[in-house]
Amino acid sequence: MREYLLGNVAIAKGLLEAGVGLAAGYPGTPSSEIIETLADLKGDLPLHVEWSVNEKVALEMAAGASWAGTRASATMKHVGLNVAADPFMTLAYLGVGAGLVVVCADDPFCHSSQNEQDSRRYAEFAFVPCLDPADPQEAKDMAVYAFELSEKFNVPVMLRPTTRVSHARADVETGAAPCSGGRCQFIKNPARRVALPVHARPLHTELIRKQAAIEEELQSAPWNKLELKGESGIIASGISGLYAEEAIHDLDLDISLLRIGTYPMPSRMIRELLEHVSRVLVVEELEPFVEEQVERLARKANPTVEILGKDSSIPREGELDFLTVRNALALMLGRPERSALRVAAAEKILPPRPPALCPGCSHRATYYAMRKAFGKKAVYPSDIGCYTMAVGMGTVDTCLCMGASITLASGIRLGGETEGICCSLGDSTFLHGGMTGLLNAAYNKARITVTILDNSTTAMTGHQPHPGTGVTATGEATIQVSLEALAKALGAGLVETTDPYDLNKAIEVFQKAKEFPGLSVVIARQPCVIKARRSGAGRKSFAVGKDCAGCRVCVDFGCPAIEFEDEEARINALCTGCGVCAKICPSAAIQEVRR
Amino acid sequence: MKTSECDIVIVGVGGQGVILISDVIGRAAVKADKPVRGAETHGMAQRGGSVINHTRIGCRFSPMVASGGADVLLALEPAEALRFSHFLSPEGVALVNITPILPVTVTTGKAKYPSLPEILAPLRDICRAVVPMDATAIAKKAGTVQAMNVVMLGALSRHIPLSEKLLLAALAEVVPPRYLEANKKAFALGKAEVE
Repeated sequence: MREYLLGNVAIAKGLLEAGVGLAAGYPGTPSSEIIETLADLKGDLPLHVEWSVNEKVALEMAAGASWAGTRASATMKHVGLNVAADPFMTLAYLGVGAGLVVVCADDPFCHSSQNEQDSRRYAEFAFVPCLDPADPQEAKDMAVYAFELSEKFNVPVMLRPTTRVSHARADVETGAAPCSGGRCQFIKNPARRVALPVHARPLHTELIRKQAAIEEELQSAPWNKLELKGESGIIASGISGLYAEEAIHDLDLDISLLRIGTYPMPSRMIRELLEHVSRVLVVEELEPFVEEQVERLARKANPTVEILGKDSSIPREGELDFLTVRNALALMLGRPERSALRVAAAEKILPPRPPALCPGCSHRATYYAMRKAFGKKAVYPSDIGCYTMAVGMGTVDTCLCMGASITLASGIRLGGETEGICCSLGDSTFLHGGMTGLLNAAYNKARITVTILDNSTTAMTGHQPHPGTGVTATGEATIQVSLEALAKALGAGLVETTDPYDLNKAIEVFQKAKEFPGLSVVIARQPCVIKARRSGAGRKSFAVGKDCAGCRVCVDFGCPAIEFEDEEARINALCTGCGVCAKICPSAAIQEVRR
Repeated sequence: MKTSECDIVIVGVGGQGVILISDVIGRAAVKADKPVRGAETHGMAQRGGSVINHTRIGCRFSPMVASGGADVLLALEPAEALRFSHFLSPEGVALVNITPILPVTVTTGKAKYPSLPEILAPLRDICRAVVPMDATAIAKKAGTVQAMNVVMLGALSRHIPLSEKLLLAALAEVVPPRYLEANKKAFALGKAEVE
């Protein structure tokens, strides 16, 4: 069947076609839609789909299922692989039972990420074969093939789409999913499942030795394509292959092209191309991963070949596009550059439109209350989530990685800082990577306040459930962990829950936490406004009355529902009725309107 | 050499329904047996920020339209039309909904929103035709302001190599049945606006 599919949906369909029996992931742009799609399509299939607490858990879940004979997949974004790095680095030694596929979505240009690391390096580091799709069709086909490769060579396989594959759409040919799963049984084999040093040493040797066979197998994979034509050449990997093909077409060139879609790379094809050409442009996003291999191979194959890439016209940061590749190619061939159009007026007169916290978002109220209590001089480590967008409110002083708000705060305190320290992180982030940090803060006596911004969902990535919501990925009812009980169990001396919309009360709670002579936790609880609106929560209406003094206190609060014109504030149609602006107005000019 | 039959850039603000337009075009292209590519904005950028979607009909290359390459710029918001105007080809057409959505930088008084003539004049300098239309008002006339994106899709239908029949069939697949009539009306009114 031919369908117009999002790359991540195509990947999910590929996993289903391969008969995946367990899929686990933690939400993260650009990977989230894979698990969401599997949860939607699960139906009666013999398949367990879950949102795991974090990526390490997801990968270990998948490894367990694989070892018990069920094809399994773990999905994550690139930085999630850092969290899963511990199992990832040893899994290739131990091998798989049934096929095990790690889907790791990279985000060149940091569209929605804190860095733009290149996961191909990770795959090589861990001796894990990596498939690098150029488009949704390849991503789907590779997802199916990855299981076969994994089983044939007894290693996990990484599928590494990028944002422009995961969040691209294309016409994709899909097939049917097998309707019954195989029999699942864990077979004991300590020499292959227990990573004692005595086992790991021979397994490492075995793993190194099988690399040549894996490379040989991948030489003939359909995603490595060599066309020998003119004496100039291009080597391009993943989506860069499409930019290269389009550039060749646009410039109407008779040029040699090697497209690479697998790692280990097809060395024989690279050598063939190098022997055929006098100069070659290596086109790839992020790291010079292919380029380094090309340079190594050229020393023997063709020492005089001119190799162009990261040092000349292909940037090492950000994402590539057609024009960048076209111009790099034109530069190599001495053809004129085509510059990108610049519209001066757009740069001069347009107001910026940065992403911002939603109208009525409770994080804004929480941060307002926090700052009222802790003051300007306090230190405010923060974390990864929607709330990072509140950086302009003065309560986001740091953002490093999932859960680091608590540990950075502890380090800042025990490193010697004497000012107040109040850190913040979301409910999903706390459960993902904050619990160990809270335990550490209690154990090592860090006097800090930890704020859990509990909007009862994983909002930034599209409202996925987590253990605090009482619902699983497939919508089944399950346990709902109590953040209060967790915080107490992990050693917090004071745990207070507050409703940020009840602003004055929230300020009092933060004041109490500030004065507490130990580790305090404030749970600021109010459902995400987007979710509340979708579930049809009733809302109040507010308007600015004639007492408005034009003081701009409400405007500076930063809610998109408040406008300022002719020296007066005004509430627009975006208002969700949270009422917080009415509480901060010094003239009591904002009032509820009875309908 | 041309690398795509028709390149479309659809822009607006998170929540305006940009992705739905591309989904309808893509589905219609599949029905017409044409290869089609799209690229969209997800995640952090969606939260009230600028949103851009690339859709390429009859294309087998990358999903993104090149700067200066768009046959049509479909803008659901006027400032966003100008923000992404560098995608327009000199032979291209810009279809622009004239109802603004003020960014938070304007509502908080940190920046000024330009007037409509200030936005449209530079657009007219760089492409073949600019068609301003009050799609928000037209959608209200069709029965639901939510269908503003479908009004724009109707206008777009006059500029892309896909039949109205296939576009409407694709629309019926993505719109909830109870809103289908209002959306078909919105489509027809949008189309009439550019005829």
